[in-house]
Amino acid sequence: MSTDNNIDKYRRQFLASATAVAGLAVAPGVILNQVAHAKALDQAVTSKNRWGMLVDVNKCATGCNDCVKACNTYNGITGVGDPKTDAQWIRKVKLTDKQTGYVQSLPLMCQHCEFPPCVDVCPTGASFKRADGIVLVDKHICIGCRYCMMACPYKARSFVHEPIHEHIYPRGKGTVESCTMCVDRVDDPNGPRDPACVEACNASGHKAMWFGDLKDPESEISKRLKEYGGVQIRADLELNTGVRYQNLD
Amino acid sequence: MSSFYKLVATGVALLLPLVVYADSLVPEPPEAAKNYNDKTQCVEPVPEMRRNHMKYLLRHRDLTMHEGIRTKKFSLKECINCHNAPSPKDGKVASIEDKNHDHFCSTCHSYAAVKIDCFECHSDKPANTQYRHPLSSMRLPETDFSALKKANDKMLAKAAEKKESQQ
Repeated sequence: MSTDNNIDKYRRQFLASATAVAGLAVAPGVILNQVAHAKALDQAVTSKNRWGMLVDVNKCATGCNDCVKACNTYNGITGVGDPKTDAQWIRKVKLTDKQTGYVQSLPLMCQHCEFPPCVDVCPTGASFKRADGIVLVDKHICIGCRYCMMACPYKARSFVHEPIHEHIYPRGKGTVESCTMCVDRVDDPNGPRDPACVEACNASGHKAMWFGDLKDPESEISKRLKEYGGVQIRADLELNTGVRYQNLD
Repeated sequence: MSSFYKLVATGVALLLPLVVYADSLVPEPPEAAKNYNDKTQCVEPVPEMRRNHMKYLLRHRDLTMHEGIRTKKFSLKECINCHNAPSPKDGKVASIEDKNHDHFCSTCHSYAAVKIDCFECHSDKPANTQYRHPLSSMRLPETDFSALKKANDKMLAKAAEKKESQQ
């Protein structure tokens, strides 16, 4: 425990000094943002945050697959080459207007609903929503019944059909899984970091994705949503998704 | 001597080697590579851990999964980092699937015939740079290989001593 305690101690000292500096000059918004969101390793997540993502469909390039590749690499998602059963935490969807031939491309993943149907139907409580809005599968409890997969209107969940030998992220045969919004990055004690897909999108230069706290009016994602608006996919279901899209026709 | 006592005596005589043999079957899990301070205790006292490690792991599992608490004490990954260090003989890291049960967990679990499924999903080997969970912006104790090496050297010396004393 001593290591953790020390880390926390140093963190608190750093935070105290950082807050003092911020009090003197409230200019560096980035640092302020991190201080406001940083969660110590021993702190539980709370409903003070709600993590979400924003996708600008106009900026998302048709044919670019960087977010999917980054997700697969970071989370160790490998398949057996069968698209019917291989796991997909995020996928690219191409929308073509049959009338005009207008093509739009967007990434689709777990939408981290406020009222997730997957949680409603789960018979064991394995499918759950964390206090900060991230919808997860507790694979320790999952019995692999796949009700959640049927309930999800976004087809966001996958079932692991084959035994897994290389464990980069804990995954195992017989359980359901989906996008975790890179939850270990969100819990980073130095402040939440962008999920792998967002990071890759920025690195590719398209910069079509944002990650942030929807409950913090000062976060970039909230500001963008306030200024330009954003839609939910299947808003008619009133699930209040945590992933929003802009310029989606 | 009545035939009954004869029978008992024979029984005891027959069982004696079994008892001695059984004693040698008691698992000797490999020593942990202590990459924490010797003065501070890592987790709980050994007898407590032997009896109740599963309870600590279960509790920590739920806290991490549902509340996002990611302290390293009682984390399965930290157990593995230290307890399943590279073998002092050849530097190899044991796998839970090894038939001769070299893995820290399987030494006892095969003896007690208690099947665990932790490693169907979790890594049974210490974290490397490609492994996911370390929060990469932090310096973690497992990156300090000097302590690991020291422990290995110690184990090697001990093994050599044991071998010498046997000869």
